[in-house]
Amino acid sequence: MSKVIVVTSGKGGVGKTTTSASFAAGLASRGHRTVVIDFDIGLRNLDLVMGCERRVVYDFVNVINEEASLKQALIRDKVDNNLYILPASQTRDKDALTQDKVGKVIGELRESFDYIVCDSPAGIEKGALMALFYADEALVVTNPEISSVRDSDRILGMLAAKSLRAIEGDEPIKEHLVVSRYSPERVQMGEMLSLDDIQELLGINLIGVIPESEEVLQASNSGVPVIRDERSKSGQAYQDMVARFLGEDVPMRFLEVEKKGFFSRIFGA
Amino acid sequence: MKEQETADVGSLHHQRTSAVELKGTVFTLPVLKLHSTDLDAIEHELKVHLARGLNFFRHAPLVIDLAAVEKQAAELDLAALAGILRRLQLFTVGVRNAGPWAAERAVAAGLAVLKGGVTKEEAKEKSSAEPPVATEVLRRRTRIIHHPVRSGQQIYAKGGDLIILSSVNVGAEVIADGNIHVYGSLRGRAFAGVAEDTGARIFAQSMEPELAAIAGNYQVFDEPVPSSLQGKPAQIYLEEEQLVMAPL
Repeated sequence: MSKVIVVTSGKGGVGKTTTSASFAAGLASRGHRTVVIDFDIGLRNLDLVMGCERRVVYDFVNVINEEASLKQALIRDKVDNNLYILPASQTRDKDALTQDKVGKVIGELRESFDYIVCDSPAGIEKGALMALFYADEALVVTNPEISSVRDSDRILGMLAAKSLRAIEGDEPIKEHLVVSRYSPERVQMGEMLSLDDIQELLGINLIGVIPESEEVLQASNSGVPVIRDERSKSGQAYQDMVARFLGEDVPMRFLEVEKKGFFSRIFGA
Repeated sequence: MKEQETADVGSLHHQRTSAVELKGTVFTLPVLKLHSTDLDAIEHELKVHLARGLNFFRHAPLVIDLAAVEKQAAELDLAALAGILRRLQLFTVGVRNAGPWAAERAVAAGLAVLKGGVTKEEAKEKSSAEPPVATEVLRRRTRIIHHPVRSGQQIYAKGGDLIILSSVNVGAEVIADGNIHVYGSLRGRAFAGVAEDTGARIFAQSMEPELAAIAGNYQVFDEPVPSSLQGKPAQIYLEEEQLVMAPL
């Protein structure tokens, strides 16, 4: 039984595409056939983060308009045979998407993939609604700041009202909270909302906390999903998140301010 | 809004063969009872009602009830009244309790003549009855919401109380003709007693509203609530047109 998972947030720049890329790569590395779709038509980014921007020939809109087949448009990942990317169009806009045509493409993908990850554009307009419409589950990405949490709250309301599951009265979309750009130091200083505050405000299940780190930027720029950087905290946090998504019981890491090591305590930082 | 969404999705699944389909459906429509035929007075009063900051009736279909003005029907310019209502963004669909003369004028003004609903005799009895009795009869249905009310969502309990078994988040609106109970945190906007019920109250497990209103008397909470009430169960009620927040 295939699953459609939307990665959404309301607010822009919180880490949706980074999370989509790492989540999809993580599912694929555990042997699940996974495709990740870039719904940000006109501002495509996912191909960059996945390092396949030079291999884009046909895109999602070409498939929607039946100018290319899915097989032609899907790009296989360089290192993982289980992972495919359906890139967005850079030249079109979101009006190219219609509900029934998107439904047709997703229906086709369901036949050959275990997981279909939909990377949503920011906002609450058509593009974002398209990305969430067919979802079975949702990763809601939030930064520990009040405006991001408010926007996530709004998008959670949309998931509960405007998705196919909501309209048809099926079991509601399963919602998971991903807190990204989390910095224990800044939480301690009161500059960022704490995990408790965020959970109290949003009231959904926390599936992952991704610490703020430089590796994320480096990984994005070099076109490798950060989950593949095994030494980075962010990569490890994404690994944990994927494991939790697949039902494993993994404790949260990187939540506390790191204690200084023996030497730095003696010699000063 | 919801209807619209459903229709969009419906069209995905059904290929229609005929261009139209006629169906009978039951709607609940707001009724505007006229107690006067003075158009200026009607317009003024409606503006006052609409200015209370509640937008439920904007773009609402409306039925005009002529029972109370039956005798002065000849003085009433229905076409002009419909024009006034339209300017106020209310869409008149028809009239009810119209005598034969008024019915003819209604049809000429492009309004439907509705039958059924409350009969003339009942309407006369009701209009002479005490208003509190009428609200007592109406206040029955309670709406219970089990999930959090999120930013951008609006929930209205028509004709009764609204009970939220979760939190009302910032940017959300909860509205009731009766009381509002929130068994979580109330952080959004709450409008109780919108059907002119000054006795309605707002209760919350943790009272931190952005705005609270009872029967159109509202207060914004620009400053955080007093620390003695912060995060504590509290209620809001109306006392001499002033909102009072008190611990429970």
